[in-house]
Amino acid sequence: MSANSAFNDEKGGSSSVGEPEYGHDPASGGIFSSDYKRHDDLKEMLDSNKDSLKLEAMKRIVAMIARGKNTSDLFPAVVKNVACKNIEVKKLVYVYLVRYAEEQQDLALLSISTFQRGLKDPNQLIRASALRVLSSIRVTIIVPIMMLAIKEAASDMSPYVRKTAAHAIPKLYSLDPEQKDQLIEVIEKLLADKTTLVAGSVVMAFEEVCPERIDLIHKNYRKLCNLLIDVEEWGQVVIINMLTRYARTQFLNPNMNESLLEEGSDKTFYGSDEDEDEEEEEEKDKKAEAPAMAKRKPYVMDPDHRLLLRNTKPLLQSRNAAVVMAVAQLYFHLAPKAEVGVIAKALVRLLRSHSEVQYVVLQNVATMSIKRRGMFEPYLKSFYIRSTDPTQIKVLKLEVLTNLANETNISTILREFQTYIKSMDKDFVAATIQAIGRCATNIGEVRDTCLNGLVQLLSNRDELVVAESVVVIKKLLQMQPEKHSDIIKHMAKLTDNIQVPMARASILWLIGEYCEHVPKIAPDVLRKMAKSFTNEEDIVKLQIINLAAKLYLTNSKQTKLLTQYVLNLAKYDQNYDIRDRARFIRQLIVPTEKSGALSKYAKKLFLALKPAPVLESPFKDRDHFQLGSLSHLLNAKAGGYQELPDWPEAAPDPSVRNVEVKDSVFTLLERVTTLTSVPEWTKCSSREKRKEKKVEKPFYSDSEGESGPTESADSGNFRGLCREQSSEEEERKHERKSKQRKSESESESDEEEESESESSQSESEDSESEAEVKKKKKAAESKPPSKPVKKDNKKEKKEMSLLDLDDFEPAPSPQATPVNTFLSNSLATDLEGLSLSDAVLSPATISPSSALKSYEMLHRITGEGLSVEYCFSRQPFSPDANMVAVQMQFTNNATSDTKNLHMEDVKLQSGMRVKEFPEIELLPAGEMVTAVMGIDFCDSTQAANFQLCTHTRKFFVSIQPPVGELMRPVFLTENEFKKEQGQLMGMNEITEKITLDAKCRNEHSIVQRVTTAANLSRVPCGSDKECRFAGRTVTSSSLVLVTVATKEEGAAKLTINCEKMVIGTMLVKDILLALTQ
Amino acid sequence: MLYICYCIVQKYRGERRDETVKNKLSSPPAKMIHSLFLINASGDIFLEKHWKSVVSRSVCDYFFEAQERATEPENVPPVIPTPHHYLISVLRHRIYFVAVIQSEVPPLFVIEFLHRVVDTFQDYFGVCTEAAIKDNVVVVYELLEEMLDNGFPLATESNILKELIKPPTILRTMVNTITGSTNVGEQLPTGQLSVVPWRRTGVKYTNNEAYFDVVEEIDAIIDKSGSTITAEIQGVIDACVKLTGMPDLTLSFMNPRLLDDVSFHPCVRFKRWEAERILSFIPPDGNFRLLSYHVSSQNLVAIPVYIKHNITFREGSSQGRFDLTLGPKQTMGKAVEAVLVSSQLPRGVLNANLNPSQGTYTFDPVTKMLSWDVGKINPQKLPSLKGTMSLQAGASKPDENPTINIQLKIQQMAISGLKVNRLDMYGEKYKPFKGIKYMTKAGKFQVRT
Repeated sequence: MSANSAFNDEKGGSSSVGEPEYGHDPASGGIFSSDYKRHDDLKEMLDSNKDSLKLEAMKRIVAMIARGKNTSDLFPAVVKNVACKNIEVKKLVYVYLVRYAEEQQDLALLSISTFQRGLKDPNQLIRASALRVLSSIRVTIIVPIMMLAIKEAASDMSPYVRKTAAHAIPKLYSLDPEQKDQLIEVIEKLLADKTTLVAGSVVMAFEEVCPERIDLIHKNYRKLCNLLIDVEEWGQVVIINMLTRYARTQFLNPNMNESLLEEGSDKTFYGSDEDEDEEEEEEKDKKAEAPAMAKRKPYVMDPDHRLLLRNTKPLLQSRNAAVVMAVAQLYFHLAPKAEVGVIAKALVRLLRSHSEVQYVVLQNVATMSIKRRGMFEPYLKSFYIRSTDPTQIKVLKLEVLTNLANETNISTILREFQTYIKSMDKDFVAATIQAIGRCATNIGEVRDTCLNGLVQLLSNRDELVVAESVVVIKKLLQMQPEKHSDIIKHMAKLTDNIQVPMARASILWLIGEYCEHVPKIAPDVLRKMAKSFTNEEDIVKLQIINLAAKLYLTNSKQTKLLTQYVLNLAKYDQNYDIRDRARFIRQLIVPTEKSGALSKYAKKLFLALKPAPVLESPFKDRDHFQLGSLSHLLNAKAGGYQELPDWPEAAPDPSVRNVEVKDSVFTLLERVTTLTSVPEWTKCSSREKRKEKKVEKPFYSDSEGESGPTESADSGNFRGLCREQSSEEEERKHERKSKQRKSESESESDEEEESESESSQSESEDSESEAEVKKKKKAAESKPPSKPVKKDNKKEKKEMSLLDLDDFEPAPSPQATPVNTFLSNSLATDLEGLSLSDAVLSPATISPSSALKSYEMLHRITGEGLSVEYCFSRQPFSPDANMVAVQMQFTNNATSDTKNLHMEDVKLQSGMRVKEFPEIELLPAGEMVTAVMGIDFCDSTQAANFQLCTHTRKFFVSIQPPVGELMRPVFLTENEFKKEQGQLMGMNEITEKITLDAKCRNEHSIVQRVTTAANLSRVPCGSDKECRFAGRTVTSSSLVLVTVATKEEGAAKLTINCEKMVIGTMLVKDILLALTQ
Repeated sequence: MLYICYCIVQKYRGERRDETVKNKLSSPPAKMIHSLFLINASGDIFLEKHWKSVVSRSVCDYFFEAQERATEPENVPPVIPTPHHYLISVLRHRIYFVAVIQSEVPPLFVIEFLHRVVDTFQDYFGVCTEAAIKDNVVVVYELLEEMLDNGFPLATESNILKELIKPPTILRTMVNTITGSTNVGEQLPTGQLSVVPWRRTGVKYTNNEAYFDVVEEIDAIIDKSGSTITAEIQGVIDACVKLTGMPDLTLSFMNPRLLDDVSFHPCVRFKRWEAERILSFIPPDGNFRLLSYHVSSQNLVAIPVYIKHNITFREGSSQGRFDLTLGPKQTMGKAVEAVLVSSQLPRGVLNANLNPSQGTYTFDPVTKMLSWDVGKINPQKLPSLKGTMSLQAGASKPDENPTINIQLKIQQMAISGLKVNRLDMYGEKYKPFKGIKYMTKAGKFQVRT
């Protein structure tokens, strides 16, 4: 700006009417012409070919925009400079463009091509900035161009460009909501991204575009949890808030049992002591209820739920208040009661921050302290009020103090309150008096003390204080009026002095209500009031009428005339409410011929026993809003607020979050190395020399950017162990012994990081290959122990993961010193062979190949020489017992080699899963290779579609299982069979009369045909007229029982008993076909 | 090329013209920060910035209304709902930063961001005043453009921003005016892409130095009789690190157990802290706050000064007595410096006629603020402030008692006893110069009378 004014000084003459930019008054006449003139010279400057002049002009224009001046008439002159070489001019043009493009849509289009060129730039930062500006131009007609640009950027090499793409999504969405479906596809793709840079931005886009598509999160859930600590702080807030909602839909309420207890049985055991501290009570209950509890299903926290809680906890230490608040609300909404306490300390810490932060935090603390008082009790003193706090903070602190008050601390709190009452801030004093009132109602023991204190305040000099006290005393007296006629008398005296209408009204109401307790004073008060009636405020007048009516009913002898007088005055009052009231009351209490039946009940109407008011916190029940949200703060639903869902009754299938097994083992290993390596620097300084070479990529979290998908249960537990017990673990003997080893693997893990991180192109080849070797090796080694993934037994899993640690720990040692690439390379090939043979040979050797029917997946013509056949090998698929093994045979009929055969882009029905076959690196011409993949069809005959990719082509293929392949044989004895069959009657039984094919009327051929059609095993049977078969479906393990009873002349009866009726019906058809043809 | 594109778009536009209108109406509420207005103490909007469509200035009228209702400037509620928008504001340096948002967003998210904006301005211009912002309006605009993208924070790390936009210095401003060169960084910022986004790359210094200031503040409330109602110690470690390359530092404490609750700069490796109570980090370049901490409340807090006070008003007379004496207490032999006593006297006080034994005092009859700049406390000759206050004639005795706020400084001591054990550097070969300074201050230190 200084430069700006300097410029104007030079041009002194042109700005004769002063400088309108500085002028506060745009209405004076000369402005328009000068404005016009000045814009003219700006145009000139923009048209010149000197960058410095252009820059000067742009700076002045931006300064005008900043002050809210309209500069849209310069648009054509500015937009021309969009391709200017000078970076700053360009940036300022962008600023201008984004501001005015919406208004000048046609002209804005002129700039688009520049950005489109920018999108193709080899420099990632230029690509990103082009996309950023392009997407910020709010011109509806470029929507298709934007869409295209976003799609391309979403698969850009650079994570930074992908991040920008994620940012562009909400922009496009707000421009054209009809693009939603396409945008969701992009979001889905970006959600799978494994870099921390993208994670925050894409979740933000998800929240804006499709927060309801919670299903998109399943596969990425664990990844997001693991990446969280490395995401930039703003992204963390968004992710945590989203995961809170996610967890509420997917997991069970960790406090389920406790809440049941509270509702149910505690009344019978400890009926009366409600005021007692919640947690204590629970503990007692737990002991008492132990036998009862045993019956109920014990709650086991989903390991994924635990993972979320564990990975967010360190973020309580963030310097960013928004992150701390986000974690706090997550814990409040999701954690078991016993663990919520950890957030209190962090929230109290935020109270040291700026007053706006305090304001928001205190609002949330106020809500939390109602539900979980115990949590903040230790920090009671942090909420003490200082005279320098702004009033709104004081009031909120008071609220928290009131919520925290209980029998033990009430005396200290009341002492504090006493000092507050002497404050100069009268609004605050009023709030304090109300707080005292609330303490008095909540805690019976101090009610009298409080009341006395408040009565003393009645002689305070400040009228506001007195008035507020009167209002609060009125509420307190209502609880036990008979004891306190003195106070009522005292208050009656006050009517002479107090002028605050609310207080006067309260006193009058009290006297009217309890006129029987003060029979002598009441009529006198009415007399005085009748005198001053015309000068009173409306609420006071209404109460005078009330008082008169009540006195008339109880003591009509003394007050009849007074009442008439008051009612007459009211009849001619200016306020129609008062006139109406007077009319109504007269009719009601003064009996005339006309008055109806109601007047008989007048006394009952007026002097009914009224329930005492409940003094409640305004923060009660605010927690149905997600804490930390704007809606919670305002206590009203803000636009775009996503309701926090209730916990589900039964947990949805946790397996939806499962991802690939192999990778997880790898990441698991990575973590082992990470874990052991971290505390190294201080311990062995001798290693320093070696390390100096490669400290470049330290990692800040245990699961670094690339940790990728993780396997479900055991990895979760494993992590837990790492964090919680890392110190103990270190103490374990074998670890100590292997200290040396650890230090070595540490430097190596650095390398591993490097090769993994996408952003850094791996410079050292050997480290890369080494990492690969390890990957494979580990994959090979770890397969067997990681197989039995069972959800129900937690302990076993823990032990297992510990074992894994032991198993894996020494694994890196052979390559700990990266001596030469030769060794590792050869090792790699060896291992590769191993892992391949493991997967390929086994089915080939064991399976009864003769019975297998093979299907064509890819014909050699469509496959351009590559043909693929598959068959169901009927072997248990070892990596996952719930999958059907599909054996594929690739034949290369072409003349050239086919490379990198692998599958991609698997499209499945929900619930289905696929374990891909390992990539076939080379299939020489004329050769044949087999591979095995696993598919979990979820007991349905839906096809699994995917792309089969070679190094040159992609083929769309699909695998559809015959129903008979969806089961595996089980062995049953005859008795067992009969028993099971007995339970599967009715709807589950399907019977069909058939005529057997002429060739298959003997037992042997029947057995053969049935077992070919379906993967079942024969059940021994006493009678030779019957053949029985049994199996279970692969995914759900439902029994499938088949009986073929032969009769004369080839007639037979086919009976199928199956829990899954669909399977049953389909199987009937298949077997029928097999037996009749 | 340009025209082809234009034509295509024109065609497309024809098809969609009708829908455009409809979409405008039904467009989904956009989240995050929509616009920012800067308002000075006298209620002028002196800067506005919009990240999405323009929101009219008139939305600030709701803010002005709330401002009028509030008795004190800091009593304006931070969140104000209006029919179509929500206004979230922070007050710093007598400037209101008012963010306009349209729908649900965590309020702390916006508040924290606004404070970060103010910190950045302060970092760039030295001060954050209306004049500084007006003088650097272009830099401010460029900064805001980089910090938010479509209302969502993009680059808030000062190291990255400084790579993108160079802070103005007097020299550079002069050169720029003469040569017309720019403040915008010539090279593209790489910091955003690195694994340590808070540190810029290619840092070079001839003198490599790292300074750490351990600053502790005592928050306390002392009651009438001189006993402590509540006292706690909050500390921070501010660092100024000017080191070449990518240094990796570790800082260890003699007595880390003292630290009860901590919050870190993102550069600190949390796991090492958890496991070993060691701060291990790759520092940002320049000034930053490494750590803030709270000392566990079990430890008794040493209160460095005591106050003897006698402030009384007599019923019926228009005079009041004012008598204040300060003395050192538990200072571990260190001098208490820069003592400043301030107190808000009751509204009824017209004037004060006082006599300080050292330092100077002022009394503002409008705000009724009494402040006494004591300076250093000499234990041999305790500073005191004595005299009378004149009250409004005829008015009754004020029944509220003023509280006394104290500020002070003690050099070369952290009152909690926290001590840094050692600072080591890995990753670079040179020997840096290291320095650690301790200081204790009074935070919110109040004495009730």
